Amino acid sequence: MTAKRRGAQLGMLAFAVLIVMGAYAGVGLGINGKIPSGMLGYGLGLGGLMLAAYLVLAKWAPWADPLLLPLVTLVNGLGLVMIYRIEQAGQPGASATSQLMWTALGVVMFSATLIVLKDHRTLQRLTYTAGFVGVVLLAIPALLPGSLSEVQGAKIWIRIGGFSIQPGEFAKLALVVFFAGYLVAKRDVLALAGRRLLFIDLPRARDLGPVLITWGFAIATLVLEKDLGTSLLLFGAFIAMLYIATQRTSWVLIGILLFVGGAFLAGQVFSHVEARFNVWLHAEDPALYDAGGGSYQLMQGMFAMGSGGILGTGLGQGYPKLIPLSFSDFIFTATGEELGLTGLMAILMIYALIVERGLRTSLAARDPFTKLLAGGLSFILAWQVFIIVGGVTRLIPLTGLVTPFMSAGGSALLANWMLIALLVRMSDAARRPPPQAIQDEGLTQVMQR
Amino acid sequence: MSELTLLLIRLAFLAVLWFFVIAAVGVIRTDLFGPRTAPAPTRKPVKQPRPVSKPKKGEPRQLIVTGGPLQGTIINLTETPITIGRANDATLVLSDDYASSRHARLFPQDGQWIVEDLGSTNGTYLERSKVTRPTPVPLGVPIRIGKTVIELRK
Repeated sequence: MTAKRRGAQLGMLAFAVLIVMGAYAGVGLGINGKIPSGMLGYGLGLGGLMLAAYLVLAKWAPWADPLLLPLVTLVNGLGLVMIYRIEQAGQPGASATSQLMWTALGVVMFSATLIVLKDHRTLQRLTYTAGFVGVVLLAIPALLPGSLSEVQGAKIWIRIGGFSIQPGEFAKLALVVFFAGYLVAKRDVLALAGRRLLFIDLPRARDLGPVLITWGFAIATLVLEKDLGTSLLLFGAFIAMLYIATQRTSWVLIGILLFVGGAFLAGQVFSHVEARFNVWLHAEDPALYDAGGGSYQLMQGMFAMGSGGILGTGLGQGYPKLIPLSFSDFIFTATGEELGLTGLMAILMIYALIVERGLRTSLAARDPFTKLLAGGLSFILAWQVFIIVGGVTRLIPLTGLVTPFMSAGGSALLANWMLIALLVRMSDAARRPPPQAIQDEGLTQVMQR
Repeated sequence: MSELTLLLIRLAFLAVLWFFVIAAVGVIRTDLFGPRTAPAPTRKPVKQPRPVSKPKKGEPRQLIVTGGPLQGTIINLTETPITIGRANDATLVLSDDYASSRHARLFPQDGQWIVEDLGSTNGTYLERSKVTRPTPVPLGVPIRIGKTVIELRK
C-alpha cells in the first residue's frame, strides 16, 4: 500500500527552495563578494509559489507522487538563478524578473489544471478534439505572415503587440493526448495484423496511414516553419507511444528509417536544414565559425563547458556573455561552465528522476489510456532534454528547443508546468488505493423445497 | 572574497546538489527495493502467547466438514472464533451457492462452542432445528449451512 509521503514531499520542497536560495547567494558572492539584496525576496517569492502549488496538490491530488513537485521546483529555480546570473553579466534579453513572473504563471497553470481536471480520463473523450487543436496550434504560425510569426528565422511564434507565445509548446501536449487516445483504440490492430518478414513484424499498409500522416506533418513543420526541434520532438513522441502501445520493435525501426530518410532528403533539398548539418559536422572549421549563422554559438558553448571542466568555475565566475542566447537555448552550456560536469550530471539526474516518476506512474496506472498518456508525456520530457542537450554538446545536430523549466521562455514554461500537472493528476489516480472491491460471490440462491 | 572561500562555496554547492539527488532517490527507494520489511532477524523472537488453557477432556478440538463441496476439510480449533461463508475473508471459505457471504460464526465461550447465524439467506441448522440465537454446539452434532454440513470432533 503506497503512503501519501506528504512529509517527504514538503521536506524535499523546502530543500529545493533552500538550494535555489543558496545558488542565488553564490552568484552574488561570485560576482562581487556580496550576497545579493534581492535574495530573500526571490527566495520567499519562489518559496511562496511552491507552497501554494503544494497546498493545491495536497487538496486536489493528495495521493500524487511526492517527488515530482520538488524536482521540478529545483530545476525551475536553478534556471531562474542562471538567468539572473546571465542578466548580471549584461547579456541583453535575459530577465530574471520576467522569468519569475512566468514561473508564477506556470504555477497558476499547474494549479488550474489540477483543479479543473478532476479526472484525466475525460481527456480520452476529447481524443480527436485534442488532435485538431494540436494541428491548428502548430499550423497557425506557418499560415500567419512572417511579420507576426517569425523570430530569428523560425516561424513558430504568434506575436501580438509586445507579447509573443509559441503555440507549438502547447500543441505538443494536445498531440500527445491525441496519440494516446488514438493508440488505445487502434493498438490491437497495429500490433497483431500483418506479416512477419525476417525478424520484424511488418504492419499492414493501411495501418501505416496514421504514421505516414504524422511523418508528413513532422516534415512539413520542419520545412514550413524551419523548426527542426518540434518536428523531431513530435515524431519521436509518436514513435515512442506506438512502441509503448504495441510493443513491436518494427514500428521503431520503421519510424527511425522514415525520419532519417526524411531528414536526409530535407538536408539535400532545403538550404537551412543543410546548414544545420554542416554546422554540426564541421563545427570546428574556422571559416564556418566566423560565418554568419555558422558554428560560432555552438563552439562558444563547447568552449564554455570546456572551461568549466569537472567542477566548474563557480557560480558567478564564468563568462556566459560570450555565448549568444546563453539564457535560452544555451542555458545548459552556461550552467555547465559555472557548475561543471558534476553540476550538469546532477541536473540531468534530476530530469531523469522526473521522467522516472512519470514512467513509474505509467506502470502503476490501471487503464491503457493513462499508461499511454503518462508514458508519452514522460517520454516527451526526456526526449526534449535529449534533443537540446545532445544539440549543444554536438551529439546530434542543434535544433532550437528549450531546456525544459530552465530556459527563459514563457510558453515553454507554462506548457511544461501543465505537463507536470497532468503527470501529478495521473500519479494521484494511480497511487490512490483502489476502492474496496464489493465482494462478488454472486447471489445466494434460496433453497426451494 | 578570497579564492579559498569561493572554492569551498563552489564545492559545498555541488555537494548539496548531489545530496538533493541522493535524498530524492532515498524517497523512492521503496520503488527499487520494495517496502521496508520488519527487521526480523535482529529482534528477539516474540514469545508466543501460551494457550490459556489446554483443551480439557471432552472439549472439541477439530471442525470437520462432513458434507457438501468441501467434504473432508478439517480446521483445528483454537481460541479464535471461526467465520463461515463465501466471503474471501472467512475462516472457512465455502464454494457453495446456497451459503451466504457471511453465513455463520462459531466461537468458544466458557469451554463451549457456540454457533450464531449471521443473518444468512437460507439459515443455519443445528441438527434439525434452525439456529435463531447463539446456541451451544455439542460434539458430533451436524451443523448444516447451505449444502455444507460441519460438525465438531474431539
